[in-house]
Amino acid sequence: MLQRRQSFWRTVIWQRLRHNRMALAGAGIVLGMFLLAALASLSGSDPSAIDVSQSLQPPGLKHPLGTDDLGRDVLLRLLYGARISLLVGFVAVGISCLIGIAFGALSGFYGGWVDTLIMRFVDIMLCFPTFFLILAVIAFLNPSIWNIMIVIGMTSWMGVARLVRAEFLSLRERDFVLAARALGASDLCLIFRHILPNALSPVLVSATLGVAGAILTESALSFLGIGVQPPTPSWGNMLIVGKQTLGSAWWLSVFPGLAILITVLGYNLLGEGIRDALDPRLKD
Amino acid sequence: MSTVLEVKNLRKTFGSHRRKGQQLIAVDDISFTLAAGETLGLVGESGCGKSTTGKIILSLLKPDSGQILFDGQDLTRLSQRELKPYRRKLQMVFQDPFSALNPRQTIGEILTEPLKIHQLSDRKSNHKRVTQLLEQVGLDGETLHRYPHEFSGGQRQRIGIARALAVEPQIIVADEPVSALDLSIQAQILNLLSDIQQQQGLSYLFIAHDLAVIEHISDRVAVMYLGRIVELTSVKTLYSQPGHPYTEALLNAIPKPEPGHKGQKPHIQGEVPSPLAPPPGCHFHPRCPYAEAICRQTQPRLTDLGQQHLVACHFSHKVGRFSPSMADNS
Repeated sequence: MLQRRQSFWRTVIWQRLRHNRMALAGAGIVLGMFLLAALASLSGSDPSAIDVSQSLQPPGLKHPLGTDDLGRDVLLRLLYGARISLLVGFVAVGISCLIGIAFGALSGFYGGWVDTLIMRFVDIMLCFPTFFLILAVIAFLNPSIWNIMIVIGMTSWMGVARLVRAEFLSLRERDFVLAARALGASDLCLIFRHILPNALSPVLVSATLGVAGAILTESALSFLGIGVQPPTPSWGNMLIVGKQTLGSAWWLSVFPGLAILITVLGYNLLGEGIRDALDPRLKD
Repeated sequence: MSTVLEVKNLRKTFGSHRRKGQQLIAVDDISFTLAAGETLGLVGESGCGKSTTGKIILSLLKPDSGQILFDGQDLTRLSQRELKPYRRKLQMVFQDPFSALNPRQTIGEILTEPLKIHQLSDRKSNHKRVTQLLEQVGLDGETLHRYPHEFSGGQRQRIGIARALAVEPQIIVADEPVSALDLSIQAQILNLLSDIQQQQGLSYLFIAHDLAVIEHISDRVAVMYLGRIVELTSVKTLYSQPGHPYTEALLNAIPKPEPGHKGQKPHIQGEVPSPLAPPPGCHFHPRCPYAEAICRQTQPRLTDLGQQHLVACHFSHKVGRFSPSMADNS
């Protein structure tokens, strides 16, 4: 009993999340997507192998979700697309969280003109319509998958910065931070050891929801032909192929569409579940 | 007794400097000394500047003017780096035991941190020192792997005291350390603080609003009203012959634990004025039964009535409606 180690995350968050069915469903979808993406790598088949003799086959035994106009297996391409989507989602959100936390922490901890400068910069960034900003940047750069991740990350950090700043503003006046200050702790120690670990909960929620947003943005860019370039499969560029044959071969657009829908739904459910679990007003 | 801390003409305002009306004078020209091994009680209503005074002494807030002399060194003039060795000498115990400990650190981490910051022990002896600190404040040395939320309020307050003691300070500013605790726990914590003081010869600046607590623990008491010290004297004098009408009123307001006691008429009327617009002259005059014209115009200076009994009142000789014997008989 004495050695029982209970961290905040295990006790509070997990206990509450466990009783939230929607959040568990979301977590299941997210985990499932990871497994499917791993499965694609293990299968070893080439998702871009062209076999014109098999073009536009409807879903059946040999091709569970049918084939596209070049005879490529839709299921295999969907699984590879899941890899791309997860990669874009996590790397883009990682970049945006790093930038957001750095700016938010500086802004909230130091206040004064540093705060004013950073927050006005955030306001300016928020004024740009994000999607058109991405379009403009991609027009100048190669539309490679890494460029897309970086651009999505660099245009979506403002919300995180505001969240982190707000948390820092309230936490830096808390007694335990004052106690550390009175002990002579350095600014870095105050920021990283005392304030940041207590400020991350809302960032986690925002990041989970952000993954869904990044996956949607990537799909949209690929749909417009400036995202992931064929023949690399992505849910977005599979949709655009399906659009041309929507009347004759419905499976080409329905399945990638469903994949996007389910994945985004999964992240949103999980994110909202975590948000509810972190809400101090909800007592179990 | 030798003086360890001297506070001179401390002043702190909050709010805009451009708009005069929005300026709040939290601490207004406060001076006092703290001797080695002494407990100075600082008492007053909410918002009178007690906690602000404590935070300024710990250099957590910068005063607008005034000096804080520790060992002859003015702490208000030091940079953060120069301040670090002095941080060890002055520590704080907080009011709310639930926000005073980092919820993401174990007790061991919380207590090791001060040792690391001031390099007081090496990695090997850290564990021994932390266990020793926990036992000193009456906690089981085995609890150091647990998180603050697993402890009760009184236990957390003990951990907070252990953290302050870790750096072997000479002065502890205790900001209402017992007001958030149950009555029985209050007594335990007060006794713990007294024991530690006797063992280590610490000085306390003990901030509280509870007159019974202050009487129990203090050697001398400073009474604050709207940012100013109105009376400063030994605990015995203060509780038997208060020299300021505000102190007198506070003492008269202590409820008497007597069955069938009818209660007294309140001796002060009205509310504490807004600190944004304090009354001119003596801040207490709108509520004072002895107030005359001079009180509305001239601020009384803190003067010695004899035997280190400092009072800021034009009519301190008239004050005396409070009499312990009469109060007991009534």
